[in-house]
Amino acid sequence: MPFNFTVSPDFAPDHMSGWFYFNTWMQRQLGTDIHLELYDSFEAQRADIRAGKVDLIYANPYDAAMLVREMGFKAVARPAKKRDEALIAVPADSAAQKVEDLMPGLRLATTADPDVHTIGMIMLEPADLDASNITQREYDSYILIAKALLRGEADVGFFLKDGFLELSDLIRKQMRVLVSSQISVVHHALLVGPELQPRFDELQSKLLTMHEDEKGAGVLESMAINGWERMSEEQTEFMIDLIDTLTV
Amino acid sequence: MPEQNSGSAREVLIRYYDGSERTATILDEEVPYPDGKLIVSRTDPQGIITHANQAFIEMSAYSREELIGTNHNILRHPDMPAVAFQGLWETVQSGKKWQGYVKNLRKDGRFYWVKATVIPNIRQGKLVGYTSVRRKPSRSKIAESEALYATLK
Ligand SMILES: Cc1cc2nc3c(=O)[nH]c(=O)nc-3n(C[C@H](O)[C@H](O)[C@H](O)COP(=O)(O)O)c2cc1C
Repeated sequence: MPFNFTVSPDFAPDHMSGWFYFNTWMQRQLGTDIHLELYDSFEAQRADIRAGKVDLIYANPYDAAMLVREMGFKAVARPAKKRDEALIAVPADSAAQKVEDLMPGLRLATTADPDVHTIGMIMLEPADLDASNITQREYDSYILIAKALLRGEADVGFFLKDGFLELSDLIRKQMRVLVSSQISVVHHALLVGPELQPRFDELQSKLLTMHEDEKGAGVLESMAINGWERMSEEQTEFMIDLIDTLTV
Repeated sequence: MPEQNSGSAREVLIRYYDGSERTATILDEEVPYPDGKLIVSRTDPQGIITHANQAFIEMSAYSREELIGTNHNILRHPDMPAVAFQGLWETVQSGKKWQGYVKNLRKDGRFYWVKATVIPNIRQGKLVGYTSVRRKPSRSKIAESEALYATLK
């Protein structure tokens, strides 16, 4: 039976092939079969996680709580210098100059990405806005959120900061950032499930030096990751505690 | 407590739950919460600070060295009623999350309002400390809290 690897559905579509190269790289390094399964939706992925069908996952920080505390996963590495920050943008001609100018009844464009949505909602709180007094619509990508803003179908949009920066200049110039998070301790992580944990140390040492060899560096580049960093158990627990405080 | 003389500095005696006290200089001047940031600290089970992030250091106006190893009540503002903190401690000691609005005292005597969430940190089934994460509160919640706390003092 091959091990099963999956990636949080919020990965940038441009880097999809990178995850397949990474999977091939890991199979070579560990000399074992690993099957990569990608999902369109967080819900479908979570159902398979709960069913025990996942052994290795590049997880969203929001899902890390369930994976580590309920399913016995352990963080083997995190992407170097890559943090999950969210921002709230408005059309460039919006009357709002700061979050506090936003009013009830506002039309929000968001994604299913749970950490960006959670951080975005927290950044709306200073304007006394929450799910009860705004209308929300979920879009499949950040480009679609930008389009909704530019077409006047939404008043504000939530973006992953990296997702916003990857939009073309032409599109970005027609929007304005109202607020951008600076949390710096929330990020994705590569988590290993119980079945694969006997190979944990081996996988970790290969990951931590991956950027040093030419092939490894090429694979990293195709995923838009600089390299892997060690993540201690306590760092993982701390991040989960922090996310826990944000979900109320 | 001495009378407030409007706008200027006043000396106030702060009495803590454990019976200790300190005299602090209070300036009735607010420092706005920084947009987009979270102020994070952690304590041991007794409430002694073990970790503070950069935003915490900047907003409290203390250095990291001054904060680590110090009782978290160093931030207690005399306008905060003792019952608010009793509620906090009862809630987290029973293993639950606490959330509330807190007026904090900076080293320089100025103050800042936060919306705080405090949770117990459980490792291998054992309580090892607490984490507090603060975010920017709305002006209306600050006004409500000011009115409420004034009646609880
Ligand atoms: C993790 C954690 C964070 C806390 N943060 C604050 C804070 O920011 N400001 C504050 O006045 N009290 C805070 N407290 C409560 C203090 O421990 C203390 O109860 C309070 O300042 C009142 O002081 P006293 O209980 O010694 O009278 C925190 C407690 C915990 C466990």
